[in-house]
Amino acid sequence: MRAFTRTARRAVVLAAVASLGAGLLAGCADDSGDSDSDGSSSGGGKGKTTVTLGLFGTFGFKEAGLYTEYEKLHPNIKIAENVVERNENYYPALLNHLTTNSGLQDVQAVEVGNIAEIVSTQAGKLTDLSKVSGVNKSNWLPWKWEQATAKDGQTVGLGTDIGPMAVCYRKDLFQQAGLPTDRNEVAKLWAGDWNKLVTAGETYKKKAPKGTTFWDSPGGLINAILSSEEKKFYDESGNVIYKTNPAVRSAFNLTAKAAQEGLVGAQTQFQPTWDQTIANTKFAAMACPPWMLGYIKGKSKPDAAGKWDVAVAPKSGNWGGSFLTVPKSAKHAKEAQELVAWLTAPAQQAKLFAVQGSFPSAPSTYTMSEVTSAKNDMTGDTPIGEIFGAAAKQIPVQVIGPKDQIIQQGLTDNGVILVTKGKSPEEAWKTATKTIDNNLDK
Amino acid sequence: MSTRHDIAAPPTEGGAAPGRPAPGTGPTEADRRRRARLSRRWQRDLRWSPYAFVSPFFVLFLAFGLFPLIYTGWASLHQVELTAPTDMTWVGLRNYTRIFDDDFFWNAAKNTLTIGIISTVPQLLMAMGIAHILNYKLRASTFYRVVMLAPYATSIAAASLVFVLLFGRDYGMINWALDQVGIGKVDWQNEKWASQIAVSSIVIWRWTGYNALIYLAAMQAIPQDLYESAALDGASRWQQFLHVTLPSLRPTILFTAVVSTIGASQVFGEPLLFDANKGASGGAEHQFQTLGLYLYEQGWVNQHLGRASAIAWTMFLILIVIGIVNYVISRRLRASS
Repeated sequence: MRAFTRTARRAVVLAAVASLGAGLLAGCADDSGDSDSDGSSSGGGKGKTTVTLGLFGTFGFKEAGLYTEYEKLHPNIKIAENVVERNENYYPALLNHLTTNSGLQDVQAVEVGNIAEIVSTQAGKLTDLSKVSGVNKSNWLPWKWEQATAKDGQTVGLGTDIGPMAVCYRKDLFQQAGLPTDRNEVAKLWAGDWNKLVTAGETYKKKAPKGTTFWDSPGGLINAILSSEEKKFYDESGNVIYKTNPAVRSAFNLTAKAAQEGLVGAQTQFQPTWDQTIANTKFAAMACPPWMLGYIKGKSKPDAAGKWDVAVAPKSGNWGGSFLTVPKSAKHAKEAQELVAWLTAPAQQAKLFAVQGSFPSAPSTYTMSEVTSAKNDMTGDTPIGEIFGAAAKQIPVQVIGPKDQIIQQGLTDNGVILVTKGKSPEEAWKTATKTIDNNLDK
Repeated sequence: MSTRHDIAAPPTEGGAAPGRPAPGTGPTEADRRRRARLSRRWQRDLRWSPYAFVSPFFVLFLAFGLFPLIYTGWASLHQVELTAPTDMTWVGLRNYTRIFDDDFFWNAAKNTLTIGIISTVPQLLMAMGIAHILNYKLRASTFYRVVMLAPYATSIAAASLVFVLLFGRDYGMINWALDQVGIGKVDWQNEKWASQIAVSSIVIWRWTGYNALIYLAAMQAIPQDLYESAALDGASRWQQFLHVTLPSLRPTILFTAVVSTIGASQVFGEPLLFDANKGASGGAEHQFQTLGLYLYEQGWVNQHLGRASAIAWTMFLILIVIGIVNYVISRRLRASS
């Protein structure tokens, strides 16, 4: 009897160990192997194919009801999304999955800051989307299409949204400081020249309401200037030229000058303290793509509604936006390509803008009512769709490179921000370039 | 090992022991075979099951400890990028030699050392004081002990985010309080020492209670009669603490010092989240970038896996040196006591 219970107990223990071990192994196992078990596999209802999307941040496809709509159009498809909140956590994992060919979703989103690196290093792992039916190059702004196209003509990603930049400003603060408040007048202050924007800042400072600065942060300014340049950190053949490119140096110097004169807040964008400067109205203007209006709204007190307006920037630039890609090893690559083509088609982009405020990268939408009649709580009656649409068409075809983000972060967080702490522009440039060079060195 | 009566061979007949029951009821052939089988099984069991029981640890250690360690060493001799981890270019020891004149590495090493000292020393002193107080007879002592341990059970991320708000330059509570008493605002994130103290305070907050409990446990193991005889000799409370408590705690203090040193050399989450928007650079001038953070920055932000691996191995070697120093000191201490 005793022997029996012992055996029984041992059997239980063995079973437990075995199942734990199996679980561990299964956890580590390559899960891309069952690509031929389409139809009946992968959850969902009977005979349905589940297409999965790997996204970051808030794309808003689900919120805009696009998944439900697609599932209705294609009754045999089910859509599931897997969202990581921050791109800096999402992107290294995506690279890892791509290089090891495992753990990939059927659709993977890529942020514009990473698209050059994906195109130049991972194009072989991604499918060419230019030949999918329904995809037409002319649907997108030319520069958006180019950004996701490799040298051999393969287009690995289809553009979703873009971030055409304008200047958002507080009408009440501008008025108190003696600046015009009408958006056309304001745009005239600095039309065509970033230096004039800094000059307007100097005017603002003379009569600035107490405790406020003209611009939100040095990072916001240098980003706006650099985004409007055709060449910034790389030349056409992919060489790093940020140190010798006069456009970068002058953007740095202009921002440093603004920082020295106290025209910009001593803030780093998207930090909690920067958020608080929005809530407490500590600055009068900032570079702002359409999605920034949503951000401002999220951080503002209710009484700020309608106090903002949007003026055309000195030069148009792009800030933000994303692409959707389909990896070659996706379980349901064909279905995924069709879904991506549909999600990024002009009609869906317009719907997404209406619900989520993500500005379309398809110029044909700029005349659709969803865009032309768009309004935002923060800016009252301002026809933001028209302003941003016009800006979008003037964005230069910019040469982008794989390490743009690292270089820009260096110039901002290890560079111009130091000027607001009392370092000289020369010292700041030295710290920035030293950091960047170390970070770029393989 | 004592004899297992249910499996051992029956004793031989005869001797002083009372005789067995009549032979007719003795073990049959089938019975004997069954017993032999059982016996063999038990022997196999005894011999192999200990290995089976310890194997999960070793299998996991091989897969997630030793293999990565060796692979990291291999990768550190190459130029490897995260974008193509299988595409390695042999560079020999270059990744190590460049560390010698890598200002960022030595800056991070210095920061790790200073943050380690600022966080460990006050932490252990405070833990000792708290343990001493908790060692008195207190009402609801369990409650206090649980409270002490609460920070340890909090996630680093949650704690760091709250501390970032407390240490905010413009709207933080600590600066508000400093302003009230007329000291003025401190830019906690951007000044070198302020930022290091702030990061250390998160570490201190999190680990003090844990160390206090360890001290407390050791204190309660000190025999009461030592105190009684000390009191009879006229020792004051303070003298008792100095001459009875502290010497008895020596091995425990050593243990906490070693564990805290290892912890301090690996500080990562707190500085990473203390200025989350600057990524892993540890502040605009790398003023609170620790070695762990620099390693992470090289590997996952800058995507240079080869360099990151070399940093990891260098950290490992530094830790070994620290371990040896610790060992030597502890031997000296033991010899002197």
